[in-house]
Amino acid sequence: MVDRLRTLEKILSEHIYIPLKILAKDKRALFGLFMLIAYILISLIGPMIIPLDLTPNLEEKYLPPSWKHPLGTDFAGRDILAQLVHGGRDVLTAAFAAGIVTVGIGTVVGIIAGYMGGKIDTIITAVIDIFLTIPGFPLLIVIAAWLLQSGIPITILTIAFVLSITSWAGLARAVRAQTLSIKNEEFIEVDKCLGLSKLYIIFYEILPNLMPYIAMNFMLSSVSAIYSYTGLMALGLIPLTPGNWGAMINMAQAYVGTITGAGATYILAPSFAIILLQISLVFLANGIDKIFNPRLREW
Amino acid sequence: MRWIIKRLIIAIFTIYIVITITFFLIRLMPGNFIDMMVYYYMTTYGMSEIEARNTVYALYNVVPNEPIFLQYIKYLFGLINGNWGKSYISNKSVLEILLYGLPWTAFLLSVSLTISFAIGILLGIFMAYRRGTFLDSLLSTLSSISRATPNFILGLLLLYFLAIYYPIFPARDSYDITIEPGLSIQFISSVLYHSFLPMLAYILTSFGGWALAMRSSAIRVLGEDYVMAAEARGLKPGRIARTYVGRNAVLPLFTSFAISLGYMFGGSVFIETYFAYQGIGQIIGLAMSWRDYPLIQGGFLLITITVVLSNLLADMLYGLLDPRIKRGGTYGG
Repeated sequence: MVDRLRTLEKILSEHIYIPLKILAKDKRALFGLFMLIAYILISLIGPMIIPLDLTPNLEEKYLPPSWKHPLGTDFAGRDILAQLVHGGRDVLTAAFAAGIVTVGIGTVVGIIAGYMGGKIDTIITAVIDIFLTIPGFPLLIVIAAWLLQSGIPITILTIAFVLSITSWAGLARAVRAQTLSIKNEEFIEVDKCLGLSKLYIIFYEILPNLMPYIAMNFMLSSVSAIYSYTGLMALGLIPLTPGNWGAMINMAQAYVGTITGAGATYILAPSFAIILLQISLVFLANGIDKIFNPRLREW
Repeated sequence: MRWIIKRLIIAIFTIYIVITITFFLIRLMPGNFIDMMVYYYMTTYGMSEIEARNTVYALYNVVPNEPIFLQYIKYLFGLINGNWGKSYISNKSVLEILLYGLPWTAFLLSVSLTISFAIGILLGIFMAYRRGTFLDSLLSTLSSISRATPNFILGLLLLYFLAIYYPIFPARDSYDITIEPGLSIQFISSVLYHSFLPMLAYILTSFGGWALAMRSSAIRVLGEDYVMAAEARGLKPGRIARTYVGRNAVLPLFTSFAISLGYMFGGSVFIETYFAYQGIGQIIGLAMSWRDYPLIQGGFLLITITVVLSNLLADMLYGLLDPRIKRGGTYGG
């Protein structure tokens, strides 16, 4: 029991406290972390404070920002801020769900290939190479076209799953390489001599060492998931959900093109909501990269 | 040599897998693709059901009640012979439509990729030398922002502000359609003028990724013994930066070439749609909104072939530049 606690303490300090300290020194990563927390809080609490009213009110269309409508109104006189706040939940859910599935598949496949070696490794590596070369977004379009026809409801989770199909391979390749390099370290040899099981070695020795890398890839898969999800919706290739940022861009693009100036905030608000979220995630991912890769830390 | 053959086999296999996936996805689609087409011909051309059915069977080389496996083999042979099926909106051959768009997309992407790669490499090596300074942190921040910004959003903002709100650049088409296409200065300048904003959207959103990758790669190389040895031998710093650091740091970047190209091809669906640029991206976007499945299928296949071939090229270049790879030692690591 005491041993277990000590290992836990060791794991915590090595993989949680020290990384957090490094992260705290990195202003951009901190900015990213705070922004991400802010986005999550706004998406969770915001809808309770700001109600979403989607009934058209044509007398108030394309209003410039004011106290009543801090970001102005859209082509049907609806408050843009309210739509923005309500759209966050969908985007974040899709992003994180896609991140979790991607990281899950990538890690499992990578560890199996790296740890087992031999023929299994050769086959998995070939599959990884193939998936890395298939252009992800066009594949996504084909799958989306199929889903639309098949009658399978396109929910956030189906989208997250489809997004992961196209993006797990990069992580799998990296995890495989890392596992290969850790596998032959002396402490693994010691574990083997002590007769510890494969599962123990994978979960207690290999996985913790991969943690920063997995965390970084979680962020980056979320980034590409947000890109694809809002992008598909902005083009109108998947059914629009009201208030979703991609849907807002889709509508803005359709309506703002014909008028000049008046609807600027309608196109700018969702655009910057997406850009800022992406920047925060990338900053955070870079910060985590520094934990993983001490050479980047020389400042 | 063995290494190139291995890459070649994987490349062919990738294309084959994509063909197979799309074939089965679309043929086994619930709501039956053929019935849909029959219905389409009945409603659009006022044919009777038998007439429409025969037309569709003839168009798609379908023999009724033929086992799916036989259909699949026939489809494969059709592809090899250049029969990629017919678009059911325009009734033209899919290959013909796509080959019209390919040069435009290839032009847009190759120029943007080259420029953003060059900017990224230079910025990256500069940042690696100045690491820890204010300039490095400023440029890193800019690069991260570039990497994070989705190309379709930047494209849309550029379109909105620089082509519609302030109409400095054209908002649509790949060239001025009143000018006769040809090797005239007028036509070429029109093409460049029309491609400026789409290229800007690609370049501004992709140089950052290259710059950051180059920065970390160059920092790694700067720590190597041979760089120190070169410094000790008293070589000029400029020469060390070019031949010792630059060349070695660029090498690992070739492996992300395919991913980057695939990403840009994905973005072409947005950028070309927004700018009404006559490339493959716009064709696929339109095909998607019309549910023109043969065209979507063909477009995806053509993009895959392009990406796979470019990747093969990058791989061979990599092998040529770095002899260690050919021996197969560090592959995949």
